[in-house]
Amino acid sequence: MERKTVLIIMAMSIVTYLPRVLPVLLLSRVRMPEWFMRWLKHIPAAVLSALLVPAILMPGDTVDVRLANRNLLAAIPCFIAAFRTKNLFITVITGIISMLLLNLVFSLF
Amino acid sequence: MNAHVITEFKKGMKAALPVVIGYIPIGIAFGILASGQGLTTGSVFLMSLTVYAGSAQFIAAAMMAGGAEVVSVVSTTFLVNLRHLLMSAALSPYMKKFPAGLQSVIAFGITDETFAVSENYAQSNEPSEGFFLGLHLASHITWILSTVLGAIFGASLTETTKWGIDFALSAMFIGLLVMQLKDSKSLIVSLLAGLLSLVLKMSLKGNYNVIVAAIAAATAGVIIERWNGKQS
Repeated sequence: MERKTVLIIMAMSIVTYLPRVLPVLLLSRVRMPEWFMRWLKHIPAAVLSALLVPAILMPGDTVDVRLANRNLLAAIPCFIAAFRTKNLFITVITGIISMLLLNLVFSLF
Repeated sequence: MNAHVITEFKKGMKAALPVVIGYIPIGIAFGILASGQGLTTGSVFLMSLTVYAGSAQFIAAAMMAGGAEVVSVVSTTFLVNLRHLLMSAALSPYMKKFPAGLQSVIAFGITDETFAVSENYAQSNEPSEGFFLGLHLASHITWILSTVLGAIFGASLTETTKWGIDFALSAMFIGLLVMQLKDSKSLIVSLLAGLLSLVLKMSLKGNYNVIVAAIAAATAGVIIERWNGKQS
């Protein structure tokens, strides 16, 4: 392993651990207002959507809503699988298989 | 450990099942992509052991392959993982009574997926230390094993994009997001966050779009709730 790689991984682990541990350590010793807790409930859906939408609609440097955007096409069966099954495993497998099939179809043309 | 803690630990491990099943394909996908991008199996193991954050690991492996500087990889990781701050804060009421050492150990295992499971469980149960430890340990071990497995096999696979594996991360986000959509308010917050993130991504460099959009959309959610509350 290269030294630079190890250095990056160690630094990554520190900056990842701090946001995980600090709130638990600090907030469990202080009572938080009710509006704050309601705000927190919205965060997971907001973060996931904020990560997902650009990943699907902006595969390159620009927004792409054409049928040639494979991420957009693969997301459709993926969403259907997610809504129907509410199962993470089935959703991920659906996504991978959809993308595999799209790649095969696109390679024909 | 007394019998109660062991029972709770087992309960946590059982609750980890959907996370475990979700981590296997994503972990293998990460291992394959990372080894394709030049990370050794040892580096993949070390990263999964100490960082343990799927999306950041995907992003970091890609950046490292592109020859990015240490500071740039680390600061991107920090931004991408800042969302755990909010998940950790949301879980903090359930860990109030645990000693600080135990809180520090349990907090290490907070991920998007384990958070979703704990949050869901906490709606009808009081999650104990044994529950958290069982859930987090089972999930972390699965993540390490799947990523290492992927790295070992990845060496024999070429052009992973051809196989659709690169879509695993987006597919995981879709699954997690849909599980979070409980009512029209959560749908509005999600649409707002997604749209804002897209607009910010077009105009800003870096990964700030995620944190800014998420904070703005969650705030809008609280405002909408308050407004609705006053009307009825």
